[in-house]
Amino acid sequence: MSAYMAGLIAILCLNIIIAYSVFLPAAAGQLNLGAAGFMIIGAYMDAYLNSDIDGLDLPILITIPAAALFTGLIGFLVSFPILRTRGVYMILATFAFAEIVAGIVLNLEIVGGAAGFPVSTHAELEVLLPVTIGVILFGFYLISTRFGLAMRAIHDDENVAILFGINTRLVQVGAFTIGAFLGGLAGALYAHQFDYIEVQNWGILFSIFVLLYVLIGGTQTPWGPLIGALFFTFVPECLRAFGEATGWELIGDLRFAVFGVIIVGMMVLRPEGIMTRTFLELLFRKAPQKSQIHSGRT
Amino acid sequence: MLIAQQLINGLMLGSVYVMVALAFTLTIGMLNFLNFTIPALFMVAAMTTWAVTAAGFHWLVGAALGMTVAIIASLIIERFTYRYMKARYGDATEHALPLVSSLGFLIIFEHVVIMIWGTDPMTFDSPFVNAHFKVGELIFGIPQLISLVLSIALVFALSLLLKRTRLGRALRSIAEKPDTATLMGVDVGRIVPVVFMMTGFLCALAGILFTINYKSVSPYIGDHVATNAIAGMVIGGLGNIWGAIAGGLIIGMIEVLSIHFWGAEIIKVPVWGLMLLILVFRPTGLFGHTRIGKGKF
Repeated sequence: MSAYMAGLIAILCLNIIIAYSVFLPAAAGQLNLGAAGFMIIGAYMDAYLNSDIDGLDLPILITIPAAALFTGLIGFLVSFPILRTRGVYMILATFAFAEIVAGIVLNLEIVGGAAGFPVSTHAELEVLLPVTIGVILFGFYLISTRFGLAMRAIHDDENVAILFGINTRLVQVGAFTIGAFLGGLAGALYAHQFDYIEVQNWGILFSIFVLLYVLIGGTQTPWGPLIGALFFTFVPECLRAFGEATGWELIGDLRFAVFGVIIVGMMVLRPEGIMTRTFLELLFRKAPQKSQIHSGRT
Repeated sequence: MLIAQQLINGLMLGSVYVMVALAFTLTIGMLNFLNFTIPALFMVAAMTTWAVTAAGFHWLVGAALGMTVAIIASLIIERFTYRYMKARYGDATEHALPLVSSLGFLIIFEHVVIMIWGTDPMTFDSPFVNAHFKVGELIFGIPQLISLVLSIALVFALSLLLKRTRLGRALRSIAEKPDTATLMGVDVGRIVPVVFMMTGFLCALAGILFTINYKSVSPYIGDHVATNAIAGMVIGGLGNIWGAIAGGLIIGMIEVLSIHFWGAEIIKVPVWGLMLLILVFRPTGLFGHTRIGKGKF
């Protein structure tokens, strides 16, 4: 495997984990524009615990879970004020949270402040790949449980979910906390992949992109974040390769703009995201009868 | 005396935020839509003004062209965001539909501009280099003063427009409930583009004034200004055009004062901390909602 492919797969893995981190609250109807915040906490916590110069010099087997758990704890604590808000307000509140985290870390001299923080241990795909597969399986498992069903019920109609006796508060806090945990995990793995972390990497555009992975992929099924992350990782690369291969450098230069066009077009054509429940049924159901197709579409 | 000068600078900076916050609050109040293309419109207008002026034309030609480009862009955005939102309503995340499209547009505009002009900040040769006057030891820049006056005048004009004119009544009825507005004979399909034209106009004006005041443009200027304007809008109350004045000016002051006292790196914490506190404990903002946008949140 070439270094280029290895790098691309590593980025894909990180994108998948962070996509699941945003997907879980989104599956419970909570849009989170603060992915960057959790990733920063995870990355810096991990780097600090792991650092042999300024930190505690612990092995990554301890630091990665510890960083993820710590981020989960922070997520749990902030979920109470943040879940008081909804809709546009929730988007703004999570976004504000991410900016505050970035602002605080930027001024923490113990982790390097604006200059960034070096990470001692390098770990690549050998750690990243199994963890990613684990996260994907966990995502599918969680959605298949009763808890996942409750999340979907809240997503579809919160009031009806309450009427059915679902403790919506508990489910939402749970989804948000698990999401934060995964965000911290992604941050910790990012730190070991790239060896150097600085807050400036996680700006507003990062959180926007992660929310886009999830919404483009679709929030109805656990396939959504996987497809979304694949789409967002490979489409710009494909456009670049296409631009190089055909000599139309314009396409390579404009790949993100083309990508924006694809996003706008997607929203026109498939507003629920690429992967929806009806689409899944179409894919995996054996030769449906005519009446079923009919009822499926209405 | 230094503090007083900082306060004045804060007000001047805040006046740009007021205009952008006004654009945000209009689309949120009228259409319940957080329009993320606003930073792009702001930046496109600023970059066009700079490019045309740098090409040797009078800066007014550049400003007029920047304004036109932003308004046309805003109308194109309306086609692909709000129109398609109306087509399907359903679960909670489908309301994010125009949000996602507007994020797509943000990416398109930023990267087209980066492709044409690159990412480096450019210097704008301001026609008003030394245009300022002094009161005692306090310095007032003329272009900054103009933008402050203009932003407050715009809010007055907008408030009059909403209260007194036929168009304003149609807009308020759409804010209340688009379906009922249609039944009452309001042509929603023709009025909604007007909101987007106003958005384009406000962003472009803010972008042009920002370029003239701070003499520097880059493809990323929109992000910083727009995020601060969002904070200003939240502080003033979503959908409240009078709140936009107060919120924008407060954010301008906070930014300048915290840079003065604690340095540039801390700036995010007070601005966003205040915004988060307000969102969580007083979601209607400091001044609550006006009539527009009521019943929506």
